[in-house]
Amino acid sequence: MLYFSKLKLFVIYFTIILLSFFCFLNFLNLNKESFFSKKVNLGLDLQGGSYLLLEVDSTPIINQNLQQKVLNLRKFLKENKIKYKNIVLQNETINFNLVNDNSDKFVELFLNQNNTINLYYGKYRAYEMDHLIENNLVKIQYSKYGLVELKISSLDQSLEIVRRRIDEVGTNEPTIIKRGNDRILIELPGLEDPNRIKKLLGKTANLTFRLVSEGENVFGSELLFFEDESKKLNISKRVILNGDSLINAQPALDNKNNITVVNFNFDRAGAKKFGRATASNVGKRLAIVLDNKIISAPVIREAILSGSGQISGDFSFQSATDLALLLRSGALPAPLKIIEERTVGPDLGEDSIKAGAISLVIGFLLVIFYMLYKYRQLGIIADFSLIVNLIVLIGVLTIIEATLTLPGIAGIILTVGMAVDANVLIFERIKEENKNEPSIIHAFDTGYKKAQSAVLDANITTLISAIILFFLGSGPVKGFAVTLGVGIITTLFTVYFFGRHLSSFYVKKYKYYKLS
Amino acid sequence: MKKIFNFTKYYKKFNVASLILIFLSLLLLMFKGLNFGVDFKGGTLIEIRSENNTVNIAQIRQSFNKMKLGEVNVKKFGKENDYLVKIQLRESNNPDFISEINQKLSADLGSSINFRRVENVGPKVSGELLRAGLLAVFLSLAAMLFYIWIRFEWQFSLAAIAAIVHDVIITVGLFSFFSYEINLSIVAALLTIVGYSMNDTVVIFDRIRENLRKYTKIPISEISNTSTNETLSRTIITSVTTLLALFSIYFFGGEILKGFSFAMIVGVVIGTYSSIFVATPILNYTNVDSKAVLKTDV
Repeated sequence: MLYFSKLKLFVIYFTIILLSFFCFLNFLNLNKESFFSKKVNLGLDLQGGSYLLLEVDSTPIINQNLQQKVLNLRKFLKENKIKYKNIVLQNETINFNLVNDNSDKFVELFLNQNNTINLYYGKYRAYEMDHLIENNLVKIQYSKYGLVELKISSLDQSLEIVRRRIDEVGTNEPTIIKRGNDRILIELPGLEDPNRIKKLLGKTANLTFRLVSEGENVFGSELLFFEDESKKLNISKRVILNGDSLINAQPALDNKNNITVVNFNFDRAGAKKFGRATASNVGKRLAIVLDNKIISAPVIREAILSGSGQISGDFSFQSATDLALLLRSGALPAPLKIIEERTVGPDLGEDSIKAGAISLVIGFLLVIFYMLYKYRQLGIIADFSLIVNLIVLIGVLTIIEATLTLPGIAGIILTVGMAVDANVLIFERIKEENKNEPSIIHAFDTGYKKAQSAVLDANITTLISAIILFFLGSGPVKGFAVTLGVGIITTLFTVYFFGRHLSSFYVKKYKYYKLS
Repeated sequence: MKKIFNFTKYYKKFNVASLILIFLSLLLLMFKGLNFGVDFKGGTLIEIRSENNTVNIAQIRQSFNKMKLGEVNVKKFGKENDYLVKIQLRESNNPDFISEINQKLSADLGSSINFRRVENVGPKVSGELLRAGLLAVFLSLAAMLFYIWIRFEWQFSLAAIAAIVHDVIITVGLFSFFSYEINLSIVAALLTIVGYSMNDTVVIFDRIRENLRKYTKIPISEISNTSTNETLSRTIITSVTTLLALFSIYFFGGEILKGFSFAMIVGVVIGTYSSIFVATPILNYTNVDSKAVLKTDV
């Protein structure tokens, strides 16, 4: 057990030196482009920042799509000469009656794989919609897969818009990723106050230009509030233009009245449409509605043909900037809800790093001295292994660019405490062997050999815990699982390769010796 | 020659003690329950630091009472001017929720208030986290059961799992008794305890199996006692080094890691105790003999 071939020694020490090098990189300040700029990333709990989990509320999209579906269905039935009556949308279900007992014909068309209103998904081998027919009453609703597809597509759109909005704010290296079918995870390192971003993400930013219905003519209109909820107006449901037609929006100071406004430009098609609509409605009021709240409702004095316009509300410069940002980045397909938020201030992060470092050093020294006290010279072997173990562990964490969290630091300290266990198992075994075996070489040899199964079993059990924690844990706890798991592997490596090689020097020095 | 300590003599007494502790823990869990943190119950947690030394906890409580946020829990957190506030209510529709609290609090206390940490967890997420946490604990138990069953015989597996379940129940029972908060890091601690306790038990079992193979005529009770003695100094030294590391986290690692390191310290102590006084006697009661371990060739 104590003999190493030259090649093996080379590989062992090469690995150690390589990993020490990577460990050392953490203390250098290399520029980003260099290959050797690898570093252990600090988690949000250590560097400060915000973590947000958003959920797409898909109910409005489902209803919107079903409304469209009703229109398409009418057309579809008409084209295929199927008579129907009483078509209604209720509880996310479309209901209608077939008149002439032609349900077979309907089903045949509805389940045709090339039909236009009930998509067939080859990858799921399923249809977009489920249908149920009872006594000529047809009920249609989204199938499981139809809902999944709908959610995924609105998630993709939302993700794009969220990314644009956050990029516009200009935060430091944000992480924006999908989580499951309807969630978006956002990490904003270094962000102290997520309030502005939360506000920006909380708005769907659905902008519409609609006429104000004057007088008694309120048919086809709805009652909407102004933003401050003080006044309300009847607004036509017919949308002249929406935010999609905007190509630019910027905050500006209106010199005439000395107020902050948002200037915007329409795209070409939008400009034409807007020109026509304003030309034929001079004298009427035009409402600018954002997320069902009226921002302003100015009177149209003349046709606006330039394709540009101005929104003046009760803006501060900040709110005008944010409105312009929202208009530029586009509307979310569905409202987003913040279902989890974790924010750590930078000073707490710094305190945590300090506390983690101090407890690591103290724990490390305590263990080192205890081992020296317990095992004297053998303790030196254990202590050297422990030091190498720590360096190698940080080296591995650097190579895999792991994220170090506060529980992760705890995992490293715990590794320090538990890593010596392997050496303890071996040393105890060596001492036992040494009782009946005066040859130190023999005692070490059998000691290492016989302790092996216990060392492996003992470490694998902890490794199992770490793996489960890695897959089921979230955020900082995942960081703990990583350091604990990697720590076990580096422990086995240093104890069985580096420590064992150190032992061979010890054995050469004391050939026949009674260990106390 | 070291003195052989007769553990067998104490098995009965300690088994009764363990059973009582488990029973009490279960009673506590049933009637007192656990103090779940925002991770598992949902709600808002804010770590506050005031710039002003004259601010006291009563003023903070009063200010929160005025805001009418429902159940609010304020406690000191580490240093002089640091407090931890838990609010049951969670306002998801108002993005200004947190900044409004900050403004009102600063105005009431007449001092600038620094929110060092804010955690806001919705009911859906907290439910999922709780389920994932429970799943993690059960999965790790199952994985251990499976691992030991593969490496050893079923008798060993049974005894080892009984010991871990014993450790987890008593640790959680202690958390209920002291009303300490259960959050994500406590679940991490529980899983590590499962791993550690198993580690400790496996080392003794490994020796028992070895001795069972060596001495086919000696009864299990005697073999396990010798094996426990042979591995005793390792058991103690490893517990000591692990505890040294854990105490270092507990005293110097900052307030956030206190709960985690407390759970681990308790778990290591109970885990060490259970390998000697729970797992080993249960293995004895199964009457495992040399035949059982000789047929396998691990």
